Amino acid sequence: MDRFVWTNGLLEINETLVIQQRGVRIYDGEEKIKFDAGVLLLSTHRLIWRDHKNHECCIGIPLSQIVFIEEQAAGIGKSAKIVIHLHPASSNKEPGPFQSSKSSYIKLSFKEHGQIEFYRRLSEEMTHRRWENMPVSQVMQRKSGQEPGRIRAVGIVGIERKLEEKRKETDKNISEAFEDLSKLMVKAKEMVELSKSIANKIKDKQGDITEDETIRFKSYLLSMGIANPVTRETHGSGTHYHMQLAKQLAGILQVPLEERGGIMSLTEVYCLVNRARGMELLSPEDLVNACKMLEALKLPLRLRIFDSGVMVIELQSHNEEEMLASALETVSEKGSLTSEEFAKLVGMSVLLAKERLLLAEKMGHLCRDDSVEGLRFYPNLFMTQS
Amino acid sequence: MSKQLDMFKTNLEEFASKHKQEIRKNPQFRLQFQDMCATIGVDPLASGKGFWSEMLGVGDFYYELGVQIIEVCLALKHRNGGLITLEELHQQVLKGRGKFAQDVSQDDLIRAIKKLKALGTGFSIIPVGGTYLVQSVPAELNMDHTVVLQLAEKNGYVTVSEIKASLKWETERARQVLEHLLKEGLAWLDLQAPGEAHYWLPALFTDLYSQEITAEEAREALP
Repeated sequence: MDRFVWTNGLLEINETLVIQQRGVRIYDGEEKIKFDAGVLLLSTHRLIWRDHKNHECCIGIPLSQIVFIEEQAAGIGKSAKIVIHLHPASSNKEPGPFQSSKSSYIKLSFKEHGQIEFYRRLSEEMTHRRWENMPVSQVMQRKSGQEPGRIRAVGIVGIERKLEEKRKETDKNISEAFEDLSKLMVKAKEMVELSKSIANKIKDKQGDITEDETIRFKSYLLSMGIANPVTRETHGSGTHYHMQLAKQLAGILQVPLEERGGIMSLTEVYCLVNRARGMELLSPEDLVNACKMLEALKLPLRLRIFDSGVMVIELQSHNEEEMLASALETVSEKGSLTSEEFAKLVGMSVLLAKERLLLAEKMGHLCRDDSVEGLRFYPNLFMTQS
Repeated sequence: MSKQLDMFKTNLEEFASKHKQEIRKNPQFRLQFQDMCATIGVDPLASGKGFWSEMLGVGDFYYELGVQIIEVCLALKHRNGGLITLEELHQQVLKGRGKFAQDVSQDDLIRAIKKLKALGTGFSIIPVGGTYLVQSVPAELNMDHTVVLQLAEKNGYVTVSEIKASLKWETERARQVLEHLLKEGLAWLDLQAPGEAHYWLPALFTDLYSQEITAEEAREALP
């Protein structure tokens, strides 16, 4: 902490703000100090911290003081942190909050999140070292580089060397990961090419390929995450997996549907099902593909798509005619209703309420009054009273 | 082809055993991974049953994020009409996930939202200024509406004169767009503003209420 200097926090000419984050606490090594809540700013040249409550209290440190940085993931009761290892303070440094410090590193604790983005930006600045190309008028710390003949305490040299090794190790791991990723992608690309040629064969010789083989091929595509418009046209996107899923859904959704008046939007279903599963969640596409098979499998639910594009699941026993008649009754009783009012009365979501009223309008039961105040529906007296 | 597939599966398993953690914890790496998949024509998020999802666990990460995004949007819909900035969505989602969960980047959110489009209920992403607005209701927004939203981004509100001056439209065109935004619940009318009426966009009020909603409220908002 003795590397920090008091500053007015104003940026110099040539110094630009990169990112800032509220809710940051500074630790001197592992120790908590009085700088517990402030805004942290990263510029092209410095890290600046200003106290939330006392804006006069503002400290800064040049980026050239940083040896290297690490991330510390959040834990139970602990925020995510960035650990910053520093060069020793230079002798001609401006006055700061601490004259001396036990540790040669500090920690920044992100109590209001934002650690990832901040770390990314700080790493970028450390890589580009823009402060070297853009001198600022303020007295900056002398860049502590690999200057031979510099007098250092033995302990610090040892620590720095170990940290340097660790950093190289981490770098190596990351670059190994990227290398492995690239190799994997090359193989994946081969799979994509292969699938394309097979799909074309299927298209050309419709008779020669058996139904079984096509189904198997489609499940390969599913496993690889390859979309093939050719097979989708002729055979749909569903696979055995989706058929099983459809049957499962019929079981899971029966009761929730009954509780909600026999109809639910696909978004509601997605949330309900995935929250219940906890793991091995369904992708939105999995859900849609499974629902498309409900009717064909003669299950007690079906997928319905409204004109607006909204997709719902409803019970087969759900009779929209009855629903519309009762909607008309409800609207007549109240004189007129908006989607929100209707939704509240009946106990359904606003989205579905709106769809029902729109459908009633389409059938000629209701009339709309469209104004800036919103969309309101009235019984269609043009039809009933002549 | 099944032989090739098995071989690929083995390669993927090997990769997963070495780098699965990397994908879970490192958004940069995730981003690279997604970009590379897109380049070769593979969608690792298409199905929970896909290899990518099963072995690398990418699926669960994004599908759960999808659920959290839906919940946040629903909880705030009564205030902003179904339009929210990516920043605010990011903050709310992070809050809902709590301190133990992995961090998510804005890129992660965008990918999750793109997947949600398959559910048919109007999720879309609108570029505005330097950032994005996320729309979670199927309101019809055409180019005119989007341009006005972008104009409003500066101050959080917009006026008819401002629209006429910046976009060079006639009064009627400006009025129609503003009325549509009012009707859809995306804009609020302020008749007490000095000068002429101000049309405020709650979606663009970031600092004012980003602290208010709790995870509990977000979950309860789902009917």
